[in-house]
Amino acid sequence: MFQLNNLKYKSILNIDYLTIPQGKVTCIIGESGSGKTTLLRLLNKMISPDGGTIHHNGTPLQEMDSVELRRRVVMLPQAPAIFPGTVKDNLLIGLKFSEKPLVSDDQLNQTLQMVSLKKELDQKADKLSGGEKQRLALGRVILMEPDIFLLDEPSSALDESTEDLIIKKLVDYCTEKSKSLIMVTHSKRIATTFGEHIIEIKNGEIV
Amino acid sequence: MKGIIELQMWQMISAYLFIVLLLFIVRFKKIPREKEILIGTIRMSLQLVVTGYVLVYLFDNVNPIFTIIVIAVMETFAIFNIFKRSKSTISQKLKLVIAFSMVVGTMSSLFYFLLVVVRLTPWYDPQYFIPLAGMLVGNSMTGISLGVSRLVDGMQDQRHLVETALMLGATPKEASKSIVNNAFDSAILPTINSMVGMGIVFLPGMMTGQILSGVSPVTAIQYQIAIMLGIVGSVSLTVILFVQLGYRTFFNQEHQLVLEEN
Repeated sequence: MFQLNNLKYKSILNIDYLTIPQGKVTCIIGESGSGKTTLLRLLNKMISPDGGTIHHNGTPLQEMDSVELRRRVVMLPQAPAIFPGTVKDNLLIGLKFSEKPLVSDDQLNQTLQMVSLKKELDQKADKLSGGEKQRLALGRVILMEPDIFLLDEPSSALDESTEDLIIKKLVDYCTEKSKSLIMVTHSKRIATTFGEHIIEIKNGEIV
Repeated sequence: MKGIIELQMWQMISAYLFIVLLLFIVRFKKIPREKEILIGTIRMSLQLVVTGYVLVYLFDNVNPIFTIIVIAVMETFAIFNIFKRSKSTISQKLKLVIAFSMVVGTMSSLFYFLLVVVRLTPWYDPQYFIPLAGMLVGNSMTGISLGVSRLVDGMQDQRHLVETALMLGATPKEASKSIVNNAFDSAILPTINSMVGMGIVFLPGMMTGQILSGVSPVTAIQYQIAIMLGIVGSVSLTVILFVQLGYRTFFNQEHQLVLEEN
């Protein structure tokens, strides 16, 4: 699905060759500062490499329209961004940004359930706790039903049991809908439990 | 209606007594602003005296070249003043956008005003051209200055929201929409507020000047209304050009957010 060749980004990443398979759960692990987030950002063209190429299903990324790509390859940043407004506004904003049709409140509530967030849709979103915001941001991304999820530490602010629960649901969802999931995680446990394909990065290189 | 009372030398000197009074107050209150007050007073006096003589010369020697030089100097000063006033760093590209918006925005409003509203002949008559140009350029400069800081600070402070919007598949336009609207809003607000207070809270400078020089208040008001509409037009046009072109300088061809590191 993704193929990287001789990739260089500043002094952060230096990858000779890497492939990421389609329809699988890929976990990226490594110490902080090793370049995991940078790798994710390269995959949806939030940044462009200084050298080398990234191919997506055979097409070089530089030939693809960034906005179109990001609508299919959606990234969830590590620090959740909450936009002004309610929980509902925040769930729908991804669909609005990507110009996709909006969904019913029922569907929004189902998504909240999927990310184990017991909140009313009309509640103000900025009042949520860190972990709740993280789950809200995840719910927003799930609603967009992208082909590929790029998740940067999606469960970093959650306790272990909630973490397991949510990642399990997410992995099941992806398997069922044959979506690809690429997830940066600090937790070896999560990676070994759920990862079908594990990439370890050390000092910007693939181990 | 009488003409204006010419001020004699001693009358002018007596006006400076206000500054002397101010100097006494700041010295008495131990506010360390004496130097600034003196410099300000001297600069104001010298600049106005020189401008006065320049205007007299221009009015006596009506020539399109002179008028063009004056407007060029005005625009240049205004543009560099915007750069200087900004507390945030402005990228080279954004500076170009500022210059372009100022020149195109103020010039199109000015020519519309002179040729369609006032129907000035010749178009370069400095007696109308220069004061009207000054008002349009000055107000647009203030507007854009406010817009610049809102836009640059907004992009810096809300970088995370803009980036997240991009990650969710937003176009740069959508991702920066609220910042752009906010910048436009804060840039035109002072002009709207001054329209609201006009005639009640304060008598605008141009109208006051015309009334002092013996023009009927009715004529003075006609001019004031017309110039106020011209100012609103010029400020809005300049600022809309600026924000619409300006937000693009924060994104590259790949629709990535590029911020200059401070």
